[in-house]
Amino acid sequence: MTTGTSRRGRRGNVLGSAGLYAATSVAAFLFLVPFYLIVRNALSTDAEITGEDWQFFPGDIQWGNVTEPFDDPTVDFARSLWNSAVVGVAHTVGTLLVCSLAGYGLARIPYRHANKVFYAVLVTLMVPTAVTFVPSFVLVSSLGWVDSYRGLIIPGLFSGFTCFLFRQYFLGFPRELEEAARVDGLGYWGAYWRVVVPNSLNFFAAIATITFISGWNSFLWPLVIGQDPSAWTVQVALSSYMTNQTVNFHLIFMATAISILPLVCVFLFLQRWLVQGIAQTGIKG
Amino acid sequence: MPTTTTRQVSAPARSRRGLRARSTLAFWLFTGPFLIGLLIFVYVPILWSAWLSFFEARFTVTPSDFVGFENYRTMLTDEDFMGSLVTFTVFAVIIVPTTWALSLALALAVNRLRFMRAFFRSVFFLPTAVSYVAASLIWKMSIFNGVRFGLANTVLGWFGADGTAWLASPDPPWYWLVIVTVRLWLQAGFYMILFLAALQNIPPELYEAAAIDGARPGWQTFRYITLPQLRATSTAVILLLLVAAYQAFDEFFNLLSKTTWGRPPLVELYYKALGENQDYGAGSAGALILTLLICLVTLLQGRIMGFGRAEGSK
Repeated sequence: MTTGTSRRGRRGNVLGSAGLYAATSVAAFLFLVPFYLIVRNALSTDAEITGEDWQFFPGDIQWGNVTEPFDDPTVDFARSLWNSAVVGVAHTVGTLLVCSLAGYGLARIPYRHANKVFYAVLVTLMVPTAVTFVPSFVLVSSLGWVDSYRGLIIPGLFSGFTCFLFRQYFLGFPRELEEAARVDGLGYWGAYWRVVVPNSLNFFAAIATITFISGWNSFLWPLVIGQDPSAWTVQVALSSYMTNQTVNFHLIFMATAISILPLVCVFLFLQRWLVQGIAQTGIKG
Repeated sequence: MPTTTTRQVSAPARSRRGLRARSTLAFWLFTGPFLIGLLIFVYVPILWSAWLSFFEARFTVTPSDFVGFENYRTMLTDEDFMGSLVTFTVFAVIIVPTTWALSLALALAVNRLRFMRAFFRSVFFLPTAVSYVAASLIWKMSIFNGVRFGLANTVLGWFGADGTAWLASPDPPWYWLVIVTVRLWLQAGFYMILFLAALQNIPPELYEAAAIDGARPGWQTFRYITLPQLRATSTAVILLLLVAAYQAFDEFFNLLSKTTWGRPPLVELYYKALGENQDYGAGSAGALILTLLICLVTLLQGRIMGFGRAEGSK
């Protein structure tokens, strides 16, 4: 289905696709090397990792390493995982709720000044939130939200980009469905929750996956807000391992593996929605 | 699909006004929470820091010492800050074309596969799940560890070459190799998905027509059909890459911790505003300069690629 049939002989095609598979496999191999390193280092002893010759696999798989990050007195790893989970979930639920409602309002509820409101949202797209972390920190610290879940979660909920994506999506939502709901006597609110949301679950799942991944992986804002180790997210904890005086290879790679595992699971199970979501939202607009 | 339905068929004037009031109320009900948040957490900080940038504001966010444009002058003559803009430029010049080319190449390859296409797509896409911090850790502690047992040095050793301290010195600047590869690994799969979607939208008739006209498959069809058809996606990808490069923080901060060289703008700003001096005045001035710069770049790019089209559908 890709290109039309060429006039070249079959042998050329076979050779060509063998070359294609070879090149793609090499690339795939290189892409997998970092994952291999995490697993190998996480399950080896430090002596094996730092040994004279490269050890491709641990001699004895060190399953005992799994609990080590949790017993480490210098970094409260369990706490940081918990913080990340709370922040990731709250960030996702909150962003979806706030931004989808706004996107729907902008797309579908007639209001004279809706365009002006939309422009006020569009303008913020030009200013990435990362660039304004200093002013945001100034505001959040004067609210007294440093080292708190509020400070970690709330400022990130109001994403102009996510709102924009929802608006674009709802512009394409079939009007007939809403009108049927209207005939049944539902107002905007009722129609939204009873008809629009249940019929948009794929899109919501896609945005939720992307939002959760970016929330779990974000670093700059948690670093700025989490001044006290008790408010660290898992990314800040990982970062602190890199500057520690003593380097405990198997421990920090086990911690890295644990921090990546939930995302890899999310990723593998929800990949269909993720790919759809990115393809739909990334460019088409 | 018949989406054009005439709305609100001529109703009596009063009921129409009632309808309008109801929908205005509904509009604010739906958008209100978002807009209030946007106001408080996006607009207010920017305005506040615009105000702060005209004051001497060390260790305080409610300063009283008005200094005019002094903070801006300090930042614009600050060698480190201007150097960070140079670092960003070098970074963007390397990372934008390489990511563009690699993700396009991966998309073209995956798109032509008949078997195991889903497997390869997943492999290239999987790094998107990994955080910049975790990837920096792997790169710094394992792959490009300057000691003998780092993977890169081990491989060099197999070929009899000496190892290198990849991240320890700015001269020769090996650290760029580390920084660029980590971002390539993390980003390429994401943009590959965008290109894959665009490739599948190219009508197959174009290729058939080209084949009839005698275009040879391979370079010719790629150059005259695939590439022009991907134009919109390419420009968008380049814009996204540029904005992402501008915001680079995580990998620079973690890979080059404690160094004074190789700092991009956000890292520089981090140390300026939140480091030992806590100079919010100069930090705010720096943030505003960066904001202006990125607005400029976005607008320019937007003009080139015609951003207006996205909102054309009312």
